[in-house]
Amino acid sequence: MNKTSANAYIIGAGATQVGEHFVRSLADLSSEAVRNAFAQVPQLDARHVGMVYVANALGEMMASQGQLGPYLAAAAGLVGVPALRIEAAGASSGVALHQAVQAVQAGACAVAVVIGAEKITDRLDAPLEAGLALAADAEAEGIHGVTLTGQWALLMRRYMHEHGYSMDAFAPFPVNAHANAAKNAQALYRFAISADKYRKANPIASPLNMLDCSTVADGAAAVIVASEAIARELPGPRIRVAGTSVATDTPTLGARRDPLDLVAARTSAQAALSQAQLSLQDVQVLELCDPHGIAAVLALESMGFYERGTAPREAADGAISPTGRTPLATAGGYKARGDVAGASGIYQVVELVRQLTGKAGPTQVAGARVALAQVLGGVGVTAATTLLVGE
Amino acid sequence: MDIARHWRGHPARYRLQGERNRNTGEVRVPPHPLALGETPDTWEPLKLSGRGEIYSFSVLRQVPEGYELFAPYPIALVRLEEGALITAQLTDCAEADLEIGMPVEMVTRQLVDTGADGVLVYGYKFRPVVQ
Amino acid sequence: MKPSRPVGLIGYGVYVPRYRIAAKEIARIWTDGHGPVPVEAKSVPGPDEDTVTMSIEAARNALARAGIRAEQLGAVWIGSESHPYSVKPSGTIVSEALGTSPWISSGDWEFACKAGSEALTAGMAMVGSGMADYVMAIGADTAQSRPGDALEYTASAGAAALLVGPADQALATIDATVSFVTDTPDFFRRAERPYPSHGNRFTGEPAYFRTIQSAAKRLLDDLGRTPSDFTYAVFHQPNAKFPQAVAKRLGFSDAQIAPGLLSPQIGNTYSGAALSGLCATLDVAKPGDTIFVTSYGSGAGSDAYALTVTEALLERRERAPLAAAYLARSVFIDYAVYAKWVGKLVMG
Repeated sequence: MNKTSANAYIIGAGATQVGEHFVRSLADLSSEAVRNAFAQVPQLDARHVGMVYVANALGEMMASQGQLGPYLAAAAGLVGVPALRIEAAGASSGVALHQAVQAVQAGACAVAVVIGAEKITDRLDAPLEAGLALAADAEAEGIHGVTLTGQWALLMRRYMHEHGYSMDAFAPFPVNAHANAAKNAQALYRFAISADKYRKANPIASPLNMLDCSTVADGAAAVIVASEAIARELPGPRIRVAGTSVATDTPTLGARRDPLDLVAARTSAQAALSQAQLSLQDVQVLELCDPHGIAAVLALESMGFYERGTAPREAADGAISPTGRTPLATAGGYKARGDVAGASGIYQVVELVRQLTGKAGPTQVAGARVALAQVLGGVGVTAATTLLVGE
Repeated sequence: MDIARHWRGHPARYRLQGERNRNTGEVRVPPHPLALGETPDTWEPLKLSGRGEIYSFSVLRQVPEGYELFAPYPIALVRLEEGALITAQLTDCAEADLEIGMPVEMVTRQLVDTGADGVLVYGYKFRPVVQ
Repeated sequence: MKPSRPVGLIGYGVYVPRYRIAAKEIARIWTDGHGPVPVEAKSVPGPDEDTVTMSIEAARNALARAGIRAEQLGAVWIGSESHPYSVKPSGTIVSEALGTSPWISSGDWEFACKAGSEALTAGMAMVGSGMADYVMAIGADTAQSRPGDALEYTASAGAAALLVGPADQALATIDATVSFVTDTPDFFRRAERPYPSHGNRFTGEPAYFRTIQSAAKRLLDDLGRTPSDFTYAVFHQPNAKFPQAVAKRLGFSDAQIAPGLLSPQIGNTYSGAALSGLCATLDVAKPGDTIFVTSYGSGAGSDAYALTVTEALLERRERAPLAAAYLARSVFIDYAVYAKWVGKLVMG
């Protein structure tokens, strides 16, 4: 990234409740998210929007709708604006945000809107598992009835084997996520769980059990990315996008040299940090792809926050709580806020904006100024990392 | 019905027909498109022995469309004798039988039934070795 | 009948699925557990198994024993009444799975429970005439039966593959064969019907017994031999009783049929039944032993064979799992799981 390129800012961020919105459509949810984001910047004229990016993983399969760029732009009244949909499975939102930021930094537009939207509950169950499995290699893996959850489970069992952990070691992740979600009005599961309850949960894809598996649900979130010139005209704290990066890995799990090393997660984080001229130690609050504890563990270790084989121990010692060294899932994460698949990355930004503006309420990380969001498509096939800095 | 899509994969699916890199000795299955800088001579066909060991496994209870009859079923990453690591189902075993490092052998089984008017898709699975 | 060029089995392989259902468990559903049962248990195909997959494994075992490459095969033929497709050969799927050359004869045979021995006789002719050196003849079935019918206690799953080749390479030479057929509709399944019909007691005397006895006696006469000249005998085994009864009538002893009598443990594997019995007998035979085999297929017909074991058996036998290994890994399931796996639940 050219250091002389202009800065991009997040000037508005909004989301819908994550949930089973049986009475609402994809377009309806998306429209609310965009309106919520714009409500934060009443000064902004929607006619300044030069580009709309829609992040969505499962639109065709779960919502029976294609051409989501113009479809969801129009749902929010942004008719006529260039709009496109970006699909990178669970990383869709991170990739879309990366594109939007680059467009604004390059001067291609002054304002871009990024919408992450997913509508799941019209179909659910087996089609959902099939849809999520599309993130893997369909020929080499999908045909064998492998699910995305199953792939994480394979990595979890291997991790336990290599580092001598039992399943119980992963309890801190869902316990933390639920504790935080209990305080988030927009979360799917607003209740706490105990490690004991986790231990007794039914298996889904052993060793992953129900309380270590996110629930995929409906939701939409939107952020408005603007040039520095526009951001400076607005009152209040500014959120600068200090770095964004997308990295990829082979989609075939078995083709990786070390399946427990999420290379793309590391590569994209390093590139984003380097753009931001920051280091891992500067990061004060994180949002990760954490539908299962193992996903957060591998991301934290692959990025270098913790030595290999140590993240579960660190989590047990409080490292991921809002007062810990790497506060994680302060709004509930995928597990308890709800897993919105391709929309996840925008929900992450919505939460981190709350953190960086001191509006995160009971899960506020004191003095948070630097935040990192990372989403993964599949098992780290795509990784998109965003670094936000409060000014 | 995806007839052509499954038909293309027969050699690898039915009998673990893989390929070996003439320069590096790397073995992979199923075969993969050529990368930049490779030529059709880079990889030579190699029929794999079908023997390997469990690298990791999981038993799935929430499964994709078309696989409901088999559920719950175990999946695994299997480290083949020739070095390749592949994803497949395990069959003819219960979860309690399984452990990492356990020797397994390839069998050809039904992978999925595409429906009364569609094809039956056959392919490799692995099971505990029958002595 | 003898081919002009002497032939024999150069390899053999058996396959029995891992799962069993006890006959008592079936009786629990339909007769409150009362009444006699025709076998102890029967084999049940796993949810991912069918005639094709079982044939593949049996044939791989046969190739391993023979020590030849699949590319050397001149034909792959599969006899079954439960081919997974009504139209589309099982043989081509099995051939590709074995890795044969495409320049072979391949296809499916149907003759109720003797479809596999039809393929064997044809294989003898093909090798015996010199048209091919090696032919894979397979009998395999995942037999269907109407819920609650007498057949449900026995209709099971299994496969046997016999690799026919020149006698000088054989682990057992096939010295002679006869076939006997009449139009006797004791058991049949009309097109588009899911389960077969049968003539109850008509399947016994005028069908199974008359047909097997006719073929067996004719072969003994042709060879000028008596039952006591054979070390072992194998008869088609639709249940435990019939093969023992027909052996006795023909003058074979219980000891002669013991190694090849699998039906009490696994039921009737239909096209695989007589051939699996032969494989299990080869698992225990010694060089010089002689084996008398008679298949039976409803509709009706029998193929009878006389074999002589050679020295080659000893080194080839352990190259693949014995029938006993497949019998030993039995896992019993209840009727509900059985109903789910064999498609007896209405899934909508």
